[in-house]
Amino acid sequence: MKMNSARSAQPKAKASQLEIVPSQYILKLYVAGQSPKSTNAIVNIKKICEENLQGRYELDVIDLYQQPQLAQGEQIIALPTLIRKLPPPLRRIIGDLSNTERVLVGLDIQSKP
Amino acid sequence: MSKAKPTTKSKPSPRAKSTAKARPQLPKAPTGIQGLDEITEGGLPKGRPTLVCGGAGCGKTLLAMEFLVRGATEFDEPGVFMAFEESAQDLTQNVASLGFDLNDLVARKKIVLDYVHIERSEIEESGEYDLEGLFIRLGSAIASIGAKRVVLDTIETLFAGLSNQTILRAELRRLFLWLKDKGVTAIITGERGDGTLTRQGLEEYVSDCVIVLDHRVTEQTSSRRLRVVKYRGSTHGSNEYPFLIDEDGISVLPITSLSLDHKASSERISSGVARLDAMLGGAGYYRGSSVLVSGTAGTGKSSLAAHFADAACRRGERVLYFAFEESPDQIMRNMRSIGIDLQQWIKKGLLQIQAHRPSSAGLEMHLVMMHKLIADFKPRVAILDPLSSYVIGDNQIEVKSMLMRLVDFLKTRQITGLFTNLAQGGSPVGQTEIAISSVIDTWLLLRDIDGGGECNRGLSILKSRGMAHSNQIREFLLTDHGVELRDVYVGPEGVLTGSARLTKEAENEAEQLVRNQDVELRQIELERKRTTLEAQIAVLRAEFAVQEIASLKIIGQEKAQKAQLAQGRVDMGISRKVDAKPNKRKGGSK
Repeated sequence: MKMNSARSAQPKAKASQLEIVPSQYILKLYVAGQSPKSTNAIVNIKKICEENLQGRYELDVIDLYQQPQLAQGEQIIALPTLIRKLPPPLRRIIGDLSNTERVLVGLDIQSKP
Repeated sequence: MSKAKPTTKSKPSPRAKSTAKARPQLPKAPTGIQGLDEITEGGLPKGRPTLVCGGAGCGKTLLAMEFLVRGATEFDEPGVFMAFEESAQDLTQNVASLGFDLNDLVARKKIVLDYVHIERSEIEESGEYDLEGLFIRLGSAIASIGAKRVVLDTIETLFAGLSNQTILRAELRRLFLWLKDKGVTAIITGERGDGTLTRQGLEEYVSDCVIVLDHRVTEQTSSRRLRVVKYRGSTHGSNEYPFLIDEDGISVLPITSLSLDHKASSERISSGVARLDAMLGGAGYYRGSSVLVSGTAGTGKSSLAAHFADAACRRGERVLYFAFEESPDQIMRNMRSIGIDLQQWIKKGLLQIQAHRPSSAGLEMHLVMMHKLIADFKPRVAILDPLSSYVIGDNQIEVKSMLMRLVDFLKTRQITGLFTNLAQGGSPVGQTEIAISSVIDTWLLLRDIDGGGECNRGLSILKSRGMAHSNQIREFLLTDHGVELRDVYVGPEGVLTGSARLTKEAENEAEQLVRNQDVELRQIELERKRTTLEAQIAVLRAEFAVQEIASLKIIGQEKAQKAQLAQGRVDMGISRKVDAKPNKRKGGSK
């Protein structure tokens, strides 16, 4: 179930000004239906992304109840699981993502001061 | 097991497995693993999880895999194998050597392999989570092939990958309940922990059936054992059973549960040495009996064993020969030197020689191997040569218990067992190092008899149950045409063997000759006397005849004279005119 897909083009001028090419984040959030943990996780990740990765992320939310066959390929055990596909290396964060600090560490994002 | 009541409908099985009950049985899922179903009396609890635990390398994964594969191939119960340690590819390769073609089974939708990989370094935890992903995964795998069996191979690996133990424990409990709900028969494997059955105490969650595998090394030899620690709602064999992993998978042998109820055959079979048969009540050993040949080094134990093997093969019976000191080739060469050709029987498939070093495996393993070989080859005669090589260090009690089980096993199958035993010089006769005399029916003792500057072999029967056997010591000769038994010389000088016996025999013969001549002489003498006597008798007879004639002649003359005289008187009377008759009579009488 695709719940949100946010994508924004990178303004090239801005990037060169910063002298850092901000990497494109591709994130996938696997959840199990409408459980409290799932909904919490969705809310939390959206918030974190908007606050820290605005304009440079892509988020897929997948309900494993709908597509159980995906669990094996993605090596999912715990739910909810957030997978950072890009940039490499692959990272997984499990839980309802309520601990923002750990999510940022896990995604390797410097939180804004 | 003792409470077991034999059912009316079950046919009596030779294995005394009449433990099938009249009361309702827990439904069971047969494992198809040799022996395990026997111990568990039918298999694992159907629709419930079973914990299989043990140390590293003790065969947990293999047991679980065999359970699954046999289920899929023999019982039409597809299965899901969820591996937490090995990748699907590794698993497939590892079990291919056992003849399990997982790729084929997967393609035929009989088995699903799912490798769960958890990389701790990739995982960050943030907030609450559960293992719903695993449930979904397992659920979808089960649904995809309609699985009836599930294996979770070392689910404890999760504890290494995820840090929140509270969640994990709660989720595992939920998982096992969920499996029960699904009605799948599951095996969960666990690594043995310190003082607990599993590291994470899984036994708390899986409590229907717990099987412990063990791989221990004693005296530098290893043996694998299996024990059903608990089995709710069912009786089970509670001993430790040795098991074997070989090219056919796992075989467990419930060999410790044998009872003393074997039949005793009254059929007699030849020992291969005619004279020995004569000593054994004239007919040889009983079929299905156990024979021990003990003796010091070089007394001909193996030769006697080879004779027995040869005789059995001649009768067309199969013989399994376990050799622990010589290679098959060496045995055949050595036996050829005493005129026994074992090669021909091997070619005909009647004889199989299995040569192992006793140190190659633990005692239990040897027993298991022997069981397996005997079950495969189905011999009528089994020979173990020699038993004593099992004794390494201080394991006599184990050896004894193993041999007792072996003897029992052979007896239940009506296999005649011949064991040789090397007795240490100086140890009391009638006592083997391995005190197994109680299970032996016929015990032959070979010994050195030294005297007269040589060492000769003597054979005697120490005991032979159920037959009138000879109490004599026989001299035991190894000739180029086999074993020969000779009477020993027993006399005032004691027991003489070898050249002393030969000398004595020669002496006796000479003596006999002299005596014979004596008798002859006497007879001649007697004859001579008789002849002499007879001659004398003839002479006397002749003399007598002459005298007789002479006497008769005289008698005749006398008679004639007498008659003449009477006539003369009558004439005289007539002339004298004697009176009439009466007077004449008177006168006649005067």
